[in-house]
Amino acid sequence: MKYPLISSRLAARLTILPFVVIALTIFVGCVLWSVQLSFTSSKLLPNSDFVGLDQYIRLFNTTRWIVSLKNMVIFGVLFTSGSLILGFLLAVFIDQKVRAESFFRTVFLYPHALSFVVTGLAWQWFLNPALGLQEMVRVAGWESFTFDWLVNRDFAIYTVVFAAIWQASGLVMALMLAGLRGVDPEIWKATKIDGVPTWRVYLHVIIPILGPVIFTSVILLSLSVVKGYDIVVAMTGGGPGIATEVPAKFVLDHLLQRANIGLAMAGATVMLLTVIAALAPWLYVKHVKKGANG
Amino acid sequence: MTMTQSTSTPSLKKPRTIISKERIAIYLFLIICSLFFLLPLYIVLITSLKTMPEIRMGNIMSWPETWNTDAWVKAWSTACTGLQCEGVSVGFWNSIKILIPSLFVSILSGAICGYVLSYWRFKGAELFFGIILFGAFIPYQALIYPMIKIFATFGLYGTLPGIILVHTIFGLPIMTLIFRNYYSTLPSEIFKAARVDGAGFFGVFFHVLLPMSTPILIVAVILQVTGIWNDFLLGLIFGGRENMPMTVQLNNIVNTARGAKEYNVNMAATFLTAMVPLLVYFFSGRWFVRGIAAGAVKG
Repeated sequence: MKYPLISSRLAARLTILPFVVIALTIFVGCVLWSVQLSFTSSKLLPNSDFVGLDQYIRLFNTTRWIVSLKNMVIFGVLFTSGSLILGFLLAVFIDQKVRAESFFRTVFLYPHALSFVVTGLAWQWFLNPALGLQEMVRVAGWESFTFDWLVNRDFAIYTVVFAAIWQASGLVMALMLAGLRGVDPEIWKATKIDGVPTWRVYLHVIIPILGPVIFTSVILLSLSVVKGYDIVVAMTGGGPGIATEVPAKFVLDHLLQRANIGLAMAGATVMLLTVIAALAPWLYVKHVKKGANG
Repeated sequence: MTMTQSTSTPSLKKPRTIISKERIAIYLFLIICSLFFLLPLYIVLITSLKTMPEIRMGNIMSWPETWNTDAWVKAWSTACTGLQCEGVSVGFWNSIKILIPSLFVSILSGAICGYVLSYWRFKGAELFFGIILFGAFIPYQALIYPMIKIFATFGLYGTLPGIILVHTIFGLPIMTLIFRNYYSTLPSEIFKAARVDGAGFFGVFFHVLLPMSTPILIVAVILQVTGIWNDFLLGLIFGGRENMPMTVQLNNIVNTARGAKEYNVNMAATFLTAMVPLLVYFFSGRWFVRGIAAGAVKG
């Protein structure tokens, strides 16, 4: 009680210390260590035998990695745009003063509460050609009906995209709906008086106003693109063949099963760089804004 | 009144029909989308209630002839994951074992970090906060190998305290962020008054701020319960054989089990695994959306 300020300050510092240590060790130390390992010839055990960019050269000569990257791009573009469009449409339609609004909101958002494993398994079951959708249509009479994307090398990745959109567009809807509710009602009154058609108001007035919300959604969605692992493992296991491999899975497989640490860490470093590249515009905007405000 | 009504009726009629057409289109769109969103849940549920012969008839959408709960019993207690045949119940209890302490430790850690960052500025606080935020964006793949090594050194790899610590570490960014944001909206007079009254570092936190934190605590609990329960990767790597969470066990049952596939059992196991976050979702209502909004701030 004699020196409450000093002792309290000391208590504060001592309490935060372990968290500072954790943050530095994990979020800085481990990242640097991973990057460092990508420049070594480490296989089953880590070593410090510096080999320059050899692992990266080998990485980009590995078919499976190239397929993984391609899939990440396909997945990234389609999943992000698909979730944005569907999420936006859902939000707009819900915002038309509909009855049972909370019912619709609940239905559209519940997949977001489910894990990617559950999402992947549910869609895997529905889309499996032997007993799922295809078989149902055939039994119903259309016997030549074919929908085998899940087991088709060229199309399997799109089924994963589809399932992921199902899981994520509710999130976009929730964010957009909050954004729409924040739009100044005066804007609607003004455009109504001018007789502007509703769809044009959405396209030319509302979407620009929602800019920050769209931006946030894109960042959130693209992060789950890079991290995407569970849904692929559950839904296709990377197959058929290597058709639906993704970088996140490539790294973990080479780390845990193939004992090729150097190559895995090179892949992880590329993933990290991808995330930084995805974040760069956001950081830039934030920085510029900060600069402008103060 | 009657006059104006009678004169305006003809002119009102036309827009009315147009509006109702528009309304129909709106509801049609929403209902079709609802069906799309409900479809997988419906299929998982009815498949789990069918018998295998009925499933083989090939109508995945049809209502079960009789409600058969054998698959649920099997999924819970005897379904096989390659070698062991103990069902998802083992995973369920493992997930509970992981969830409860992780929830407590990770939320308390985030609350304390948020508290210190809001009221006890220290040298390098900005940098610390920046690193923590950066942590939210690092792909796990760029951390996992060194973390395995560090955890193994301390004998934490593949243990229950290990996986709890992992969840605490990966929960730290978002938890710190939401608590910091929440505390910075509180009037600073509260803090000053408590200090004048002689409350120390922990006194202010436990007696003044924590009792005022209910709304953000609810958001934190929702975020962490769904996040930790739905985790697959961390549990797979850091949990070890003894603490395999339900999601991992589920995936093993469905995707690696040998022999003829029992789809009804698989779907029952899937539904059982989905139940906890679904219950949280349906009971939390609007709080869930708040949690999402709070989580979105990091983006």
